[in-house]
Amino acid sequence: MTTPETVRVASDAFAPPTTTTAELAPLYRQMLAIRRMEEACAKAYSNGKIGGFLHLIIGQEAVCVGAISALRPEDYVIATYREHGHAYAKGVAARPIMAELYGKKTGLVKGLGGSMHLFDKATNFLGGHGIVGGHVPLGAGAAFASKYRNDGRVTLCFFGEGASTIGGTTEGIALAALWKLPIVFICENNQYSMGTPNDRSFAVNDVSLRALAHGMARDRFDADDVIKVKRRIAEAVERARTTSEPTLIEILTYRFRGHSMSDPGLYRTKEEVEEWKRKDPLNGTREQLLALGMAETDIEALEEDVRIEIEDSVRFAEESAPADDYHSYVEKR
Amino acid sequence: MAVITYREALNQAMREEMERDANIFVMGEEVGYYNGAYKVTQGLLQKFGPKRIIDAPIAELGFAGIGVGAAMVGLRPIIEFMTWNFSLVAIDQIVNAAAKMFQMSGGQYNVPMVFRGPSGPAVQVGSQHSQSFESFYANVPGLKVMMPSTAYDAKGMLKTAIREDNPVVFMEGETLYNTTWEVPDGEYLIPFGKADVKREGKHITLIAWSKMVWTCLDAAKALAADGIECEVVDVRSLRPLDVDTLATSVRKTGRCVIVEVGWPVAGFGAEVAYQMQRHCMDALDAPIERVTSDDVPMPYAKNLEIEVQPQVNDVVAAVRRALYLE
Ligand SMILES: Cc1ncc(C[n+]2csc(CCOP(=O)(O)OP(=O)(O)O)c2C)c(N)n1
Ligand SMILES: [Mg+2]
Repeated sequence: MTTPETVRVASDAFAPPTTTTAELAPLYRQMLAIRRMEEACAKAYSNGKIGGFLHLIIGQEAVCVGAISALRPEDYVIATYREHGHAYAKGVAARPIMAELYGKKTGLVKGLGGSMHLFDKATNFLGGHGIVGGHVPLGAGAAFASKYRNDGRVTLCFFGEGASTIGGTTEGIALAALWKLPIVFICENNQYSMGTPNDRSFAVNDVSLRALAHGMARDRFDADDVIKVKRRIAEAVERARTTSEPTLIEILTYRFRGHSMSDPGLYRTKEEVEEWKRKDPLNGTREQLLALGMAETDIEALEEDVRIEIEDSVRFAEESAPADDYHSYVEKR
Repeated sequence: MAVITYREALNQAMREEMERDANIFVMGEEVGYYNGAYKVTQGLLQKFGPKRIIDAPIAELGFAGIGVGAAMVGLRPIIEFMTWNFSLVAIDQIVNAAAKMFQMSGGQYNVPMVFRGPSGPAVQVGSQHSQSFESFYANVPGLKVMMPSTAYDAKGMLKTAIREDNPVVFMEGETLYNTTWEVPDGEYLIPFGKADVKREGKHITLIAWSKMVWTCLDAAKALAADGIECEVVDVRSLRPLDVDTLATSVRKTGRCVIVEVGWPVAGFGAEVAYQMQRHCMDALDAPIERVTSDDVPMPYAKNLEIEVQPQVNDVVAAVRRALYLE
């Protein structure tokens, strides 16, 4: 059994991992595309083009991008309602994501799901889920199937720290530990569950410690460096793939916007938000690229490319026909 | 008389009852510092303090169960679900604990508590957040189920629910919080099992609850232009059900349309239809019509969402069918 002591936690001295522009530039591009996509969503929401609940991941991009970059295409990802970035990082194009949010026929799930319910079988993206904690056992289920079939796949299961208190999460983790399922649980600790700061959510502000009770490997670190996220998730993915041992990982991060578009975020101070914005992983990654020798003009070209991609996705969504079928998918026929 | 919102009415009910009885507390997600996800508990933390207005983390099964346990030994909890969609992770405590406790303990432990929160489809929030579970809860002996449609009803009914010595499922209309109604200045209570005629008419009875009462009133207005006088009866209390008031109206008009925003199969309207045919068979001039949402999980796209739910024109069409005008 893995003892907790064998696993690194954030307090360990840990030198920033080395990387290359070849590795880092695509990750920067993904993070930037997600940022721009989320900004475009916010704008469309304000213009009444997108409805319902819209939860943006702005500020947290290094988590989904870094973590999912440690996977193979056949691996599974499952996430919450704050999942546009996870879907994109798993390989879903901006066009069907945007069209889905617009409620169009060309949307990823045909206009039936909206922002909270992106799914994509082609990229093994097992969905965006709206009931907090409800998807965690589903992730364990996918991992169970991988073990059952011995297909060598790993599941990444993302959830918020607010989800750590609910039964679905707790039970999903317990069963994965008991049955040694090839899964990595990633708690995106963005410090708040809606308006509730962590000290009013749980008695001990370290979700990764829950792993101890299950003899499960754990890790805990900041999301300030996308390569660090990639490397440390990769260790856990490797553990899952080779030994079928689950890991519980807590990544400390922050959402720059409110919980959803309808939340003005009055429960935190401007100073606190500004403090985190100074650690914006996007800026850090851009500087890293320059330091690694990538030319400013090349970075700008990449950024221009992203701008075009997201603008195109918005145009695609605008021009697509409205969703028109809600009867065909109640059950498989 | 003052005109207040449905939201304010609920807030006043809790405020007044909490002033009256120190055993009452409110527990739920974001009910305190955030003043409620839908602002129903606005100002209550400030007034009653964190001992009585308790912010819970995301653990519905846990805090619903804490409510039941506290109620068994004499407190009077009001458990808020951010929406009733999330009650499904707590339904074990509502059904297997709260509803059965008095009978299971041979009449020793009653459970004086209210489970409350918004219910029914909102706007474009998708299948997991757009549901109406009254038919689930109304199926359970040991529970009472209330669904007010107006600010007036909301206040009088919630006060009654809070004073009740048994568990009450109190479902608020998620899209009704900003609606307004006249409310008397003094205290009033609306008893369980008391339906309300919201509009009088002689040609046909429309039976509904919560938001669908408003849809029926709009349909009645539209039909009045064609000389069709609809009587709109608001069920208000699904369990216990006021069969008398409903049947009196149906016997008077001889025709009945039952409108609900939930799914059709085994929906509560089917129970109402059974009761009406049982009590009004000889007075009925046409088969009882039901209008419900389509038998599908709620789609996200706005145009589809509107198609799925009962609209005024669906009610009008059902009325015309029941009057053999189609
Ligand atoms: C069972 C359940 N209860 C309540 C909610 C309402 N809700 C949606 S998101 C959320 C906060 C979740 O916080 P966290 O898990 O930290 O994730 P974050 O939103 O910060 O990414 C709440 C209370 C829900 N969707 N499901
Ligand atoms: Mg959070």
